[in-house]
Amino acid sequence: MSFLDLKNVTKIYPNGTKAVHETSLSVDEGEFMVFVGPSGCGKSTLLRMVAGLEDITEGDINLDGKLINEVDPSERDVAMVFQNYALYPHMNVYNNLAYGLKNRGIDKETIEQKVNDAAKLLQISDYLQRKPSMLSGGQRQRVAMGRAIVRNPKIFLFDEPLSNLDAKLRIQMRLEIKKLQQKVGVTSIFVTHDQVEAMTLADRLAVINNGIIEQLGTPIEIYDNPKSLFVAGFIGSPQMNFLDGNIKNKTLSAESFEIKDIDSDFEGEVKLGIRPEHLSQSENSLINLKVDLVEQLGSDNLVYGQLKDKKDFCYRCPGNLTIEKGADLSLNIENNKYYIFDKSTGKRVN
Amino acid sequence: MKIKPLQIIAHIILILGVLLMVVPIWISFASSSHDSVTILTEGMKFHIGDQLARNYNEVLNEKGGWSEEVTAAKMFINSFIMALGIATLKVVISAMSAYALVYYRFKLAVPIFWLIFITLLVPLEVRIFPSYKIVSDLGLTNSYTGLILPLVASATATFFFRQFYKTIPDELLESAKLDGANAWSFFIDFLVPLSKTMIAAMFIFMFVYGYSQYLWPLIMTTAEEYWTVVMGMKIIYTESYEGVALPRTAERFAYIILSMIPPVLVVVFLQKWFIKGLIQTEK
Repeated sequence: MSFLDLKNVTKIYPNGTKAVHETSLSVDEGEFMVFVGPSGCGKSTLLRMVAGLEDITEGDINLDGKLINEVDPSERDVAMVFQNYALYPHMNVYNNLAYGLKNRGIDKETIEQKVNDAAKLLQISDYLQRKPSMLSGGQRQRVAMGRAIVRNPKIFLFDEPLSNLDAKLRIQMRLEIKKLQQKVGVTSIFVTHDQVEAMTLADRLAVINNGIIEQLGTPIEIYDNPKSLFVAGFIGSPQMNFLDGNIKNKTLSAESFEIKDIDSDFEGEVKLGIRPEHLSQSENSLINLKVDLVEQLGSDNLVYGQLKDKKDFCYRCPGNLTIEKGADLSLNIENNKYYIFDKSTGKRVN
Repeated sequence: MKIKPLQIIAHIILILGVLLMVVPIWISFASSSHDSVTILTEGMKFHIGDQLARNYNEVLNEKGGWSEEVTAAKMFINSFIMALGIATLKVVISAMSAYALVYYRFKLAVPIFWLIFITLLVPLEVRIFPSYKIVSDLGLTNSYTGLILPLVASATATFFFRQFYKTIPDELLESAKLDGANAWSFFIDFLVPLSKTMIAAMFIFMFVYGYSQYLWPLIMTTAEEYWTVVMGMKIIYTESYEGVALPRTAERFAYIILSMIPPVLVVVFLQKWFIKGLIQTEK
């Protein structure tokens, strides 16, 4: 059995809403697991069930070999960083960090030692006497993490902790969280709706939609090999291009082109998915793109345009290529990197 | 800096307001420092006279009442104990009941809250007979407990505490839970410090409320040693018409001035907290 084990966990709210459907998942010790999905998909509910802040309607949660379904949150030895940090406004930073330790009956010298160590690790030693209202967003974030670290819990839970920060600080804190987690080595679950955050932080990623884990795997596995239409569309930025198509006798016809000898026995209506970065310009082209707009990011250009049937399409090319607005591009799919999904079920078929 | 006409008008209005509040108090104070004869013959005074110490000493220490045993000093102590008891218990009880109503999500919380709220419509004066009956059956007449106990439940304070607790974000409770706080420590470590200013404000209101009680102590106490200041005010007023002696007007003024001191002290002392809470924004 792994460190954290969820077995057929289901959450039904008293008003009948089913937030989480029979979800099973295991997290290894020291692993950084990220739950990613659109808002309202049940990822936070799942996290809060691990924390003990939500009752479990059905199923079992085991932490470190112990069933914790009925264990009080304070007894679970988990620490959580909230979206709005939930710092204690009337206590200074020192007491914010020390409060959980005091409640566990730890003696004063040990508390001081631990708080100072955590403060040093997070570089908040200078603010220990300040109240949270006198701190900036990033400093508050650190205090919230300090409060989690100082208790040395079995598991860290992060509930979208970066969404209140500005873009630059978010990237910086993202790095710091990852570094910190590697340094401290605590098993962590991080909930986010931001796929970049998810990709960069995760050891393993769970893409959740409508209360179901759509796919579980390392970020690269999920990026390279999405198992459903939802995952393919959710992971990757800019989003994957989707075209309607049809398969007959191993030949896919979509838009104005055909792909022969595809690796699938499926027949019928499909969606063809192509990532903007898996395209290149070539002579014997499959796709003809009329350019509407070019976003120059420096390292890359994002080229937006329309296909023959007015379908929106995006192509990502190296930043050193000059592409004019209104140009006609002929594009080819690199190395057969395309994805085919059953249009009715959304399942991957190639 | 140029002063605008509007500002001048505003200041005149404010100054008039201040005078309206302060002048009567000053007249009372100035008059309390004269001889009663002077006041009776010449009317109330604006300047300080030479009888200040004598009058105040007399008011505080002269034994009065039917048995000639109770002094004003004793009445002040009684009023202070009563007001302090009422204010403290009112704050404690309403804070705790509001805590139960907000954080313990039992089904009857809302009906119970409205039941408490309805008691606002039933002030002590309306329920004075049943209240007296209960207190006298419990043998609590002529005791501090009897003076305080029937007045300690407060719908107003419960309501204010409830509204305040509702503004505290759920995450704070959840975070405290994960930090190992139980129901009691969440109340003591979080709600009480967070509502400090609220407690101070409620304490001031309730202290003044308790201090100015008249009807209840009048009915409750037959023994003079439990008389309160407000009751004494009536006694000192009627007393002067009973005898053939001159009305003791100057002493009356001294008594009035003295009776104002305890509530003023409470306000002055707690004001610091009160203002601190207003200027310090906490999220």
